[in-house]
Amino acid sequence: MVKAQVYAGGRGKAGGVRLVNSPQDASDYASKLIGSRLVTHQTGKEGVPVHKVLVEETASVAKELYLALTVDRSAQGPVFIASAAGGMDIEEVSAKQPEKIYREGVDIAIGLQPFQARRVARALGLSGDQAKAAGSMLTAIYRMFMELDCTLVEVNPLAVTSDGKVIALDAKVDLEDDALFRHPDLAALADPAQEDPSEAQAHEAKVAFVKLEGSVGCLVNGAGLAMATMDLVRRVGATPANFLDVGGGADDEKVVKAVNIMLSDSGVKGILINIFGGILRCDIVARGVVRACQERSASLPIIARLQGTNVEQACEILAQSGLDVFFATTLLELEAQLKRALPTLRSANELSED
Amino acid sequence: MSVLVSKDTRLLIQGITGREGGFHAQRCVEYGTNVVAGVTPGRGGTMAFDKVPVFDSVDQAVRETGANATLIFVPAPFAQDAMIEAAEAGVELIVSIAEGVPVLDSGRVLRYLRGRKSRLLGPNCPGLISPTAKCKVGIMPGSIHRPGRVGVVSRSGTLTYECVSQLSALGIGQSTCVGIGGDPLIGTNFVDVLKLFNKDIDTDLVVLIGEIGGSMEQEAAAYIKRNFKKPVVSFIAGATAPPGKRMGHAGAIITGAAATAEAKNKALKDAGAHVVPSPGEMGVTVQRVLGGR
Repeated sequence: MVKAQVYAGGRGKAGGVRLVNSPQDASDYASKLIGSRLVTHQTGKEGVPVHKVLVEETASVAKELYLALTVDRSAQGPVFIASAAGGMDIEEVSAKQPEKIYREGVDIAIGLQPFQARRVARALGLSGDQAKAAGSMLTAIYRMFMELDCTLVEVNPLAVTSDGKVIALDAKVDLEDDALFRHPDLAALADPAQEDPSEAQAHEAKVAFVKLEGSVGCLVNGAGLAMATMDLVRRVGATPANFLDVGGGADDEKVVKAVNIMLSDSGVKGILINIFGGILRCDIVARGVVRACQERSASLPIIARLQGTNVEQACEILAQSGLDVFFATTLLELEAQLKRALPTLRSANELSED
Repeated sequence: MSVLVSKDTRLLIQGITGREGGFHAQRCVEYGTNVVAGVTPGRGGTMAFDKVPVFDSVDQAVRETGANATLIFVPAPFAQDAMIEAAEAGVELIVSIAEGVPVLDSGRVLRYLRGRKSRLLGPNCPGLISPTAKCKVGIMPGSIHRPGRVGVVSRSGTLTYECVSQLSALGIGQSTCVGIGGDPLIGTNFVDVLKLFNKDIDTDLVVLIGEIGGSMEQEAAAYIKRNFKKPVVSFIAGATAPPGKRMGHAGAIITGAAATAEAKNKALKDAGAHVVPSPGEMGVTVQRVLGGR
């Protein structure tokens, strides 16, 4: 088997996993994959670059199972999820046949107990030596999860081979960004090329940013307000180009970086600023936006809704910048300004759909 | 009256000598909060801004000053220690502000709190404020609040400020505003706060501000349907968020059907909540619901 190593699922259907019959085949296929971009249903249309492949022995599979360990919100701790219906989309199994999913919560204070591992093995339909093998795997997964600060370890499929062995045929591990300070060795393994380039830059600038497909660039403070702002854009019939939370403690430099990241998307037709400044001063945001726009000679229309600390100064900076700025003080006014600017804010393909 | 805090709240601030801790401690004092102590290991015996005695440990501060609430500004990597130290010392209300506490650290803290009398708010939350009790235990701008009879409970900071400013602009005051935090594992959830508002004779209506991720809003909806006696106005952020992407908050990620804004709005609507379609209309919806009573 030759498998593309990328930060995305859905590789099989996208041609990233292939069964090969000779060393030559393996080499040919690996060369074809390495350096290419793989587009799966999880990656977006740009895809992700393949830098590495995994070449492994083909297993003769008798049974495919599912085993994962994650942090469960309601249980407030680690929970194993197991299903004898492996190999397929576990979301789908969970939605359509929830009775086929077994959950075993672990007390974070005492860790996984052997009887719990036996219970999970039984739920997977395993007995005897196979149950023992699965038990060792569960213990190892739990240890890895806790020691490396994982948020997900997913073995799918967990296979029983035709000669009776229990092996992890494929696995996905999510490490927690917020815990990487404890694991510099793991942090060093990160491949920024697997991320969207603008998201990678945002990561570096410590700005919470998610690239979307729309045409209105959004600059907001606070995650909830940033999401609500995107919702507002969509309500008036335009589409947000991004989620962007510049954060509470942003300085000039950070705002400039954030605006640059936002404007690196050529689909952006206008800028929407929505700041509820408490700790964050509105004048810092205004100055950053003006500087970034001037440096890039960007002449996009700006709709600015600023509230809170130093708002008067901020409005003056924007008004005197020579940029095309429309002001709003409340969200309702912001909505009205967006509606008014709609013709200029919609992207070319949105207009052609009309 | 108010929930979680009152005129009897005696606030301790962990990390009071830090830049953020010091800044917000002073804003809390200005608002009227009784800040009785600070804790910074190694700085015991000093005074913070010439007013508040600083101790080396929480148990010492509690013993000396009778502090019964703590506001934690300790950075995320050290927050687990700070939260457990406060719980061990028997502090009744623990509010943890820092964003980015590793989720397994939160899991350990929540496990430690089980069966203890301490309540944790957060982590990754703005804290809470009661304009009626003149008590602010958090980082929200105090000036936007007005005393009144509307309760607010929210997973988001700035969206709460947005809601509060809409309410205040319409002359509608607030009893208590509680930010429960944007993390997947938090100490106090919507249902916990709704239970308190249900009993609070000075709260007439509750605004619930949720967002994508998890199923806490559905649990709130079930509770509202069964037991909640007051009108609820709700807004859920993230209707346009793509699945599988973390939208800033660690907890704001769509991982399955229940986690979408659509599913949450439906559950709340079914429970009889007044679901606000646009974030700009939170205030006017409250006004309409209050007027129609």
